[in-house]
Amino acid sequence: MADTFDIEIATPERLLAREKAIRAQIPAKEGYIGVLPEHASLLSELGIGAMTYTTPDDHLFSLAIRGGFLEIHNNVVRVLSDIAEKGHEIDITQAEKDLKQAQDEMVNPALGVDIASALTAARHAQARIDAARKAAAKEE
Amino acid sequence: MPSLIDLRRRIRTVKNTQQITKAMKVVSAAKLRRAQDRVLAARPYAQIIRRMLANVAQAAAEHQGDEGIELLAKRPERRIQLLVITADRGLAGAFNSNVIKTAHKFIQDHPDADVQLELIGRKGRDFFRKRHRSITGDYSTLFQRAVRYEDALDIARKVTERFRQAEIDAVYLVVNNFKSMMASRLVVTRVLPVELPEKQEQTDYIYEQPAAQLLASLLPRYIESQIYRAMLESSAAEHAARMTAMEAATSNAAEVIDTLTLNMNRVRQASITREIIEIVSGAAALE
Repeated sequence: MADTFDIEIATPERLLAREKAIRAQIPAKEGYIGVLPEHASLLSELGIGAMTYTTPDDHLFSLAIRGGFLEIHNNVVRVLSDIAEKGHEIDITQAEKDLKQAQDEMVNPALGVDIASALTAARHAQARIDAARKAAAKEE
Repeated sequence: MPSLIDLRRRIRTVKNTQQITKAMKVVSAAKLRRAQDRVLAARPYAQIIRRMLANVAQAAAEHQGDEGIELLAKRPERRIQLLVITADRGLAGAFNSNVIKTAHKFIQDHPDADVQLELIGRKGRDFFRKRHRSITGDYSTLFQRAVRYEDALDIARKVTERFRQAEIDAVYLVVNNFKSMMASRLVVTRVLPVELPEKQEQTDYIYEQPAAQLLASLLPRYIESQIYRAMLESSAAEHAARMTAMEAATSNAAEVIDTLTLNMNRVRQASITREIIEIVSGAAALE
């Protein structure tokens, strides 16, 4: 029984991470999926949210992701995301501003943004804030 | 025989040209390295999505067959969309003309079909603008900076939508793939309807969503990543071609300089000899 698994996180433009992990939490479309070593093979679409994984030396990494696919097979977790950012690279004040703006657009139809895309933007902004906070909490 | 001053002037011009070609070569080398890095960086995603697609397609086919999935629908190819990827700039040897030639041949090979062009790169646009009737779109600035995924996304969405609406029956892509410094490989590939990749191993996955639904969202991304990769490859191949061409131009210039210098020395020698003869014969006449 392996006590670690490999995790690969890729966007169309680049590979963000390829390393060993002991556990991970991934926002799939129907809710968060927790992953431990030797997880059963699984395929899913991804949702919007903050994913985290912990490396064997007990470092927690967080990323904001938005859409894409998750594959778990042979003890390798592959996250293919349309947009993914590392938590510590996110500008939290900007994300909060984006969230505020998206929320305004949601409640105020006069701004001319359709609710679905405002909602997506809001959830993405929230995910970025979460990821950035988790990254910041780790450093303290 | 040109005069000494003319020759000197010509040598100077060729030297200037040589300096420019040398500089262009260095610039292309740097750009090539960056372009290659991007090709490599995009590879993991493309590989994973390809393998996923093979698995999901298999599972979806077991449940309901291919019929329901419109991006796989094969129709008689009456209207074909051809994506032609060239560079924005010239001075890259035969890079652009090879692509254009291949695209041209493709059109001639499909005399019964209405081939509609989507031109990515300024050189292709300049060539086909006056020669081909149906052009659905052109992009002439994408390669002036590093290729972005969003660029490929726009193009992919556009052709996918047209395919869905049955405005076109197939989408093909003409592109120079980067192979090595000296050689690039021209390929014509079909993008739509999607050719499902061969699957290697049978895996029993837990499907969080029905396989058909997963397939429906995988396919557009697969198309996007194919077009993105093609653009990256083309950009790498372009810089490689330009580097090779500029290398050749630099050494040609050196050759021309050598010949001109030789000529110049001959002319100088001749004039010196003539002057000596004049002096000697002048002195002889006085005796």
